[in-house]
Amino acid sequence: MAKKKPKTVSDLTWKDLEVGNIVKEAGGASARKTGDWRTERPVLDKEKCTKCALCWLYCPDAAIKPTEEGYYEADLDYCKGCGICANICPVGAITMTQEEEQ
Amino acid sequence: MSKRVGLEASFAAAEAARMANVDVIAAYPITPQTHIPERLAEMVANGELEAAYIPVESEHSALSACLGSAAVGARTFTATAGQGLELMHEVVYVASSMRYPIVMTVCNRALSAPLSVWGDHSDAMAVRDTGWIQVFCQNNQEAFDMTLWAFRVGEDSRVLLPVMVHFDGFSLSHVTEPVILPEQEEVDRFLPKFQYAFALNPDKPMTHGAFGPPDIYSETKVAQEVALRKSKGVILQGWQEFGDVFGRYYDPVESYKIEGAKLLLLTMGSFSETAKAAIDTKKDSGESVGLINLRLWRPFPFEELRQAVKDAETLVVFDRCISFGGPVGPVCSEVRSALYNEKKRPAVVSFIGGLGGRDVSVKDFEYVIDRGREVAQKGSKELFEMVGIRGQVTGIRG
Repeated sequence: MAKKKPKTVSDLTWKDLEVGNIVKEAGGASARKTGDWRTERPVLDKEKCTKCALCWLYCPDAAIKPTEEGYYEADLDYCKGCGICANICPVGAITMTQEEEQ
Repeated sequence: MSKRVGLEASFAAAEAARMANVDVIAAYPITPQTHIPERLAEMVANGELEAAYIPVESEHSALSACLGSAAVGARTFTATAGQGLELMHEVVYVASSMRYPIVMTVCNRALSAPLSVWGDHSDAMAVRDTGWIQVFCQNNQEAFDMTLWAFRVGEDSRVLLPVMVHFDGFSLSHVTEPVILPEQEEVDRFLPKFQYAFALNPDKPMTHGAFGPPDIYSETKVAQEVALRKSKGVILQGWQEFGDVFGRYYDPVESYKIEGAKLLLLTMGSFSETAKAAIDTKKDSGESVGLINLRLWRPFPFEELRQAVKDAETLVVFDRCISFGGPVGPVCSEVRSALYNEKKRPAVVSFIGGLGGRDVSVKDFEYVIDRGREVAQKGSKELFEMVGIRGQVTGIRG
């Protein structure tokens, strides 16, 4: 029987699982939007930002990415809203904002 | 040439781990298991065994270290007992669900309180449902043999499951018996190198231990359950191959003089040898009795058990653990359940004894046989009976 390659976890049957549920490809989380349970998002004030990249360096989930203009902004598909970037920012350019207020 | 030496079961298990050429040992000493990590640490220190011995601060850490070791494809061994097994409990589940073929000796010990370092099967029954392959040894030779066999079966690419080898604390762990030790060449013939296809490797990154949200967790558990049940084929093949190399053949359910027997006694572990002596005495006086030694505990050997008891009228099951507030002894409960749908099945009677190192003698087993027959015929108000208790036991009602 021709089998289509399952795309999401919900498509997998128990027979599709690797031994011990090992995920053989690295970086598999990038294929799923993992930021949907965030309650606060980081909002960048470009007036204050000095492009020092500390937020990018400290983000525990590699969710902050450089933009074309040289700023660093959170990819909200993956950002969990932990606030480390806002906390580490030396110039206070990042503010954590309630999702509901957006 | 193999050689016959005097060894306690602890040293037999340590010797088997050495001959299996284990890569990593992580264990925390606890009575009555202490001699196993002690002996292995000595072997590593003396250069008799080239392995990493990881000293840890607890049993929880011991098994956790074993997870990491197995994850990189190292042959991994640990041992514990009683409270130690309880302390590692959460990691016991992780080992089986991540399918790491760790081999662990459990020197069966009673659980606190009151504090007891002596033997019974309470520790084993508490990890009954953890997804490990589990066997019970009857004597020190089996302690050696099952340890070797455990590596062979657990590490098989068709299985990849951890294996628990149970033997009774003190009555085996600290008692010297003759044990036949094979040649290294024979062990190497029986036990291939552990080749783990999913070993962690920085050059080829992959994820072990991913998160399991509600949309996948149930599927992972089904896969695990099917894998444990399917391991039965390799378990049997492993025992067949073991016999072919070493000359000792093992069965999931060992039958002793059961041919035509009307009453069968079922025991596990070292008590089976005592019970065999009671069977001999009873047979000499003309009684129709036989013994079943349940060796394979997980996956439960349904087929072999049904076959062994199909012609018996009475099956007396002897447990070394109380399932507090439950139906009968835990082993009896499963045996009865395994036979429930059979058209023709024996009356199943439950006895519990030998708790916290209490001796159960040949005479006691003779009593169990007599009383078991009586209960099967006349019934009893109690769900099960205790052996060797001072004071009449009443109030165990369903």
